[in-house]
Amino acid sequence: MENSTSSKNILRVEGLTKFFGGLGAVQNFDITLNQGDLNGLIGPNGAGKTTVFNLITGIYSLTRGKIEFDGESTAGQEPYEITRKGIARTFQNIRLFSNLSVLDNVRIAYHPHAGYNLTDSVLRTKNFYAKEDELTDQALDFLAIFGLEGIQNETAKNLPYGQQRRVEIARALAANPKLLLLDEPAAGMNPKEIIELMDLIHFIHDRFNLTILLIEHQMRVVMGICRHITVMDFGQVIARGNPKEIQANERVVEAYLGKGAGHAA
Amino acid sequence: MQQVSTPSQTSLPLVKTHTRLAWIGQLFFIVLGLAVVYILGKNLISNPTLFANIFISGLQLGFVYAMIALGYTMVYGIVKLINFAHGDVFMVGAFVSFFAVTRFNLHQWPLAVFPSIPPMISVVIGSISVILLSMLICILLAVTIERVAYKPLRDAPRIAALITAIGVSFFLEYFGALNFVFSPRFIPYERPFEVVAWYIKGGIHQVVPGTQPPDGSITFSNILLIIMLASVLVQIFLQFLVKRTKIGVAMRAASYDKQAARLMGIDVDSVISFTFAIGAAFAGLGGVLYAIAYSSIWSQLGILPGLKAFIAAVLGGIGSIPGALVGALIMGQAESMTAGYISTPMRDAVAFTILIIVLLIRPTGIFGEPSQEKA
Amino acid sequence: MELGFLLGSIVKIAAIIAYFYGVLWVMSLPSRWLKIGGMVVAFGVIQLGLTKFGNFQLLNDFDSGLLFQACAMAMVALGLNLIYGFNGQFSLGQWGFYGIGAYTSADITYRWVNGDARGLIVVGVGTIVGAIILTAIGRLVKKIRGIPVLSAFTLYLIGTLAAGFIAVMVGRLLHPVFQPLLGTNLDPGVLAQGIPMQIMFFLAVIFAGIFAAEVSFLFGLPVLTLGSDYFGIATLGFTIVVNVLMINSDTVLPFPEMKGGRGMVGIPKLTTWFWAFLFLMLVVIVMRNILRSSTGRAIMSVREDETAAKAMGIDIAGSKLMAFVIGSLFAGMGGGIYAHFIGFLSPGSFDFLVSFNPLIIVVFGGLGSMTGTIVSSFGWLFFLEGMLRVLLGQMGTEAPTWRYVLYPITLLLMMLIRPQGLLGAVEWGFLKAKVVSTRPKKIPTPTDSPAVEV
Repeated sequence: MENSTSSKNILRVEGLTKFFGGLGAVQNFDITLNQGDLNGLIGPNGAGKTTVFNLITGIYSLTRGKIEFDGESTAGQEPYEITRKGIARTFQNIRLFSNLSVLDNVRIAYHPHAGYNLTDSVLRTKNFYAKEDELTDQALDFLAIFGLEGIQNETAKNLPYGQQRRVEIARALAANPKLLLLDEPAAGMNPKEIIELMDLIHFIHDRFNLTILLIEHQMRVVMGICRHITVMDFGQVIARGNPKEIQANERVVEAYLGKGAGHAA
Repeated sequence: MQQVSTPSQTSLPLVKTHTRLAWIGQLFFIVLGLAVVYILGKNLISNPTLFANIFISGLQLGFVYAMIALGYTMVYGIVKLINFAHGDVFMVGAFVSFFAVTRFNLHQWPLAVFPSIPPMISVVIGSISVILLSMLICILLAVTIERVAYKPLRDAPRIAALITAIGVSFFLEYFGALNFVFSPRFIPYERPFEVVAWYIKGGIHQVVPGTQPPDGSITFSNILLIIMLASVLVQIFLQFLVKRTKIGVAMRAASYDKQAARLMGIDVDSVISFTFAIGAAFAGLGGVLYAIAYSSIWSQLGILPGLKAFIAAVLGGIGSIPGALVGALIMGQAESMTAGYISTPMRDAVAFTILIIVLLIRPTGIFGEPSQEKA
Repeated sequence: MELGFLLGSIVKIAAIIAYFYGVLWVMSLPSRWLKIGGMVVAFGVIQLGLTKFGNFQLLNDFDSGLLFQACAMAMVALGLNLIYGFNGQFSLGQWGFYGIGAYTSADITYRWVNGDARGLIVVGVGTIVGAIILTAIGRLVKKIRGIPVLSAFTLYLIGTLAAGFIAVMVGRLLHPVFQPLLGTNLDPGVLAQGIPMQIMFFLAVIFAGIFAAEVSFLFGLPVLTLGSDYFGIATLGFTIVVNVLMINSDTVLPFPEMKGGRGMVGIPKLTTWFWAFLFLMLVVIVMRNILRSSTGRAIMSVREDETAAKAMGIDIAGSKLMAFVIGSLFAGMGGGIYAHFIGFLSPGSFDFLVSFNPLIIVVFGGLGSMTGTIVSSFGWLFFLEGMLRVLLGQMGTEAPTWRYVLYPITLLLMMLIRPQGLLGAVEWGFLKAKVVSTRPKKIPTPTDSPAVEV
């Protein structure tokens, strides 16, 4: 990596390998993210990008390799233990808690650090009311940032697509992550919404001092906001570099842009 | 910019998870297994003939379960539904044969139509007709159930379909318990043919009807032989059907991926109906054989054998046809041994204990392929 | 005449629905004193109906019987709704825990009135020591990472057996202390009558609930890792195993007083409207307080989407286990109420065919609706009994069977026409989720975010 000198490693992945049966979904994948990076992970369909996310968040167990988050290995930990350390993500096909209200969707993110326990909630102690009000306020603030004020009592599944995306990102941010993984946030959005989304990603990146790793299919988004890009194909890294370098890279053009050159900016 | 060429050579060791203190869990099951082996071994040595008789009765039960388990395993393989009503189809099969024999004397039709044929052949043809009738009615019943109750819920959550299946099962049980249907009582079952029993004591001898075989002998009957024969024939037939015929290929395709099968021009709905029909046919056959073997039937006959056959299917590996047979034989033995050596009512408890243990240790069963992690 | 009875049943059902609407409204009142006052009034209304004024009694024995049974059923069904409706785990084991609760509490009080304190001591000490040991093992398992679930299960099992052993020893030691105070069945001592007996009953129900909860913990720990319908079948198996053990309680299990398949007789009838109302309200309040909190949101998120819940840092296995254990606790307490109302327990009442009743009630009332569950538990019993009476006129002795022919049909129609249940996810009064209005607020900075780890 070029600029890993000054700032601190937030995520270090080495030799990440995952086999499903005999099929190598991801092989020897390496990536390092520093504090404050806004990097992209691209590749054709089926290249193993989402699998990488699932491996980082512990939803799949690794076959080989190691993952260090914030200087600590995540080996052998449950997904919830890993994500509680400060990784939040969104999903390729939006995964909201669809029968719950928008507010509850966001409030669920506070569960690991709600500040009260089961006894408090059963007995409705002072602590319960104080902490519950506090986290409700914070959730409402998050919704306001994302332009979702006024719809907090709506059921999530009744929202239009673009709002659902934003609720999902708000929910991820409410978990107070250090690292945010966005899986194809622009999927299914129209050009206007995409521009808004890019602004939004820039905004949250600056405001919350986040490190962001982004999977994206739309080259315009990746090239527009990412500073550093990793390209995958068939489960392996085929190129790394800044957007300009990637656009000039022959292997990438061959593997990716060759097929979908129309998408390229 | 770095150009990444071949995958890096750092081949890190395999990541192992969940290994600490794994021996405690293993030890628990080893101790449990050893206890079972000890009890069985002790009884085998102390009274080998009793053991053999218990084994034979377990064998008979196991083969009947195998017949029912096939329907569960095939239906679950395709629609991922625990077809609770399958056990009740089995019960209906037993009752159809009961009415065919006692009301209509269907087992004697060859003799009635052709008085000159030998009685032996008449009995064979007559009994086969009874069985075929039961199978036919069961097929009609199962296909109706599938069309009316399950098909509208095919895209609903799995549990909705399961609740519906439970509802259908309840309906059949209690509708059958009405006086003008099957009545809520146990009914003695009249066999379409005579039981011939043999005993082994220094050679095979026939038991004189009306007498007890001598003490300390191993006994078995023609019913056991018929059930075994039927079961083996069914296995061969199904293996042939699934592996060699067009509909078999369609069934396998539908169980693998319904959407893709549909795109390949397979009429998935008919394949599913066909699967229900095949399962029901064998449930009907099993029902008749069960009634012949145990000569007492009632409207809730199907519940426990049905559940145990389902457990057998899970034990063998759901979706696997030989698995259903192996699982059923193990279940038959487990039940028979428990009834013989511990206490008769405990056999139901043992069946479910086995289920829970199997699901915990190897949820895919004996013949099932270990599941892939990928969702 | 039968039609009149059916109409009467419908009027009663309507009255009960109105009653619960009132109760839930009263409980949602803002002031604490209004709440308590309202609850006392709600309790008093029915108590008045149950009281005899000369020859007049608004609710006769038949009605009060239905009322108590419905209270017990509502507790069981609320527990099941927590497990299935809110947490999404399809369980058929609820009836088994109900049976465990019924038999355990009945054994405690039966022994108590017959001059034997060991029931209370063994179950009480066992559940308390068991809870302590299980918690300690839980801490240990969490500390040593990566223990497979079966090993953890074995450890918990050994812990439970140890707790049981300690409890039996303590029981043997303390029994002589209590014995003189208990007297015999015919000549009850100081502790076997009046207020002490009522306290005993309270303890018996609570301990029975906790015992059922601990069993459900042991059972649920490994079994909850199974997939949805396999979990359903395994829990059905649990109900059947419990039933078989009840039938063999005097031969395989060492409880001659339970009399196996013949049924346990002579359980003191201690359930009064006071206790039934108290325990039901306890269950309703506890369940509502859990659901309308962060824990409840975590429980519901597991139902909605496990993968997303994982990614939000929610301990899926822990959430499922918590819902299962709390649901079983409610079922066990419901069993205690039932046993001391009916006075006679037979394994037939805990047969797995009957075990589908709470499921049907929950499905009818609406998955994920507490109000629906309460209403349908009461409506269900009154309707069934009303229907039985009507059918009795037409069908004679076959009426009960006809009833069971009709109700799967209703269930099937329900699944086909209105799968979300009668009330869907509607909640009334107290049970409603708080509607949060937007307040003008400052925009948070990262330091405002809830950075405090607990």
